[in-house]
Amino acid sequence: MKPDVYLYILTAALVVYLIRLLPLTLIRREIQNPFLKSFLYYVPYVTLAVMTFPAILSATGSTVSAWAGFLTGIVIAYVDGNLFKVSLGACAAVFFTGLLF
Amino acid sequence: MKHSEKSKENKASFQQGLKAGIPIGMGYFAVSFTLGITARNAGLTPWQAMIMSLTMHASAGQFAAINVIAASAGFLEMAVTSLIVNLRYLLLSSSLSQKIGSKTAFFHRFPIAFYVTDEIFGISAACPGYVNPFYVYGAALVAAPSWEIGTFIGASVGNILPASIANAMNVALYGMFLAIIIPPAKKDKFIACLVVLSMTASLICSILPGIRAVSDGFRIIILTVIIAGVAAWLHPVERGSTNET
Repeated sequence: MKPDVYLYILTAALVVYLIRLLPLTLIRREIQNPFLKSFLYYVPYVTLAVMTFPAILSATGSTVSAWAGFLTGIVIAYVDGNLFKVSLGACAAVFFTGLLF
Repeated sequence: MKHSEKSKENKASFQQGLKAGIPIGMGYFAVSFTLGITARNAGLTPWQAMIMSLTMHASAGQFAAINVIAASAGFLEMAVTSLIVNLRYLLLSSSLSQKIGSKTAFFHRFPIAFYVTDEIFGISAACPGYVNPFYVYGAALVAAPSWEIGTFIGASVGNILPASIANAMNVALYGMFLAIIIPPAKKDKFIACLVVLSMTASLICSILPGIRAVSDGFRIIILTVIIAGVAAWLHPVERGSTNET
């Protein structure tokens, strides 16, 4: 066992924690600047959308089952919106499409 | 009296968090299992892999860290790599800073920061109004152990899940992301346009020669800054409206 590994992990963990901690502790008040405020408000939607697509298409090993999961997820999210149902529905769509194709 | 009302509210938020953590944990298990296998192939022991998961909670960041360890690179390289690959959390944490109400005690920001993953950030951002720290703790309590245990098992046993199940579980987290962004898009046409535009831009950037070579981490940051920036410029949200929905 290389003892060094834990030092590597410590280094990486410290950097990641600081990246997450600094904005949370330095920005303590509600931002009043309308542009910055709006920017931070839009960040989650843009980031999550960018992260989801097209990455989801290569997540399952088959483009067909990935599309099935993606579209099923959108439909359930649109109709219901419940996290658990959307997630499970997307997984089920991939599973069953994967059996067929 | 006031105190007990507060603790009642915290308890309710905690329970909601526990519930929201279940699909996250499910997705985490699939991803961390793969992560564990990668760690195993790089020569890490299951304990090392698990401690990495316990201290980092970052998928792309951990894959990158494992590469650095496997290459026996220097610690400075580890620090720089970690900074670059995980830089998007700077944006996410900045955005999350606006979801924490002024009445929330300052010390809560330290444990919350520990759990700013894409998914926990996502559900926190989706909370109406301010997010209660206990909501984050509840979600983390369910989701994080699944991340750690998944890594441990993956690193211990290697690839044992049938492909059909592993493939299906791989979309769980994307499903969650959809559940976070689609319902607001349904209510607000501007957000709907933003989501479609973001996905289209992301697709284009992953296809275009030259640009496609840019790492996922950078693509996410650059597109977020540009698109959210333009959106904020074109369509500033009204004062106070962001936390009152």
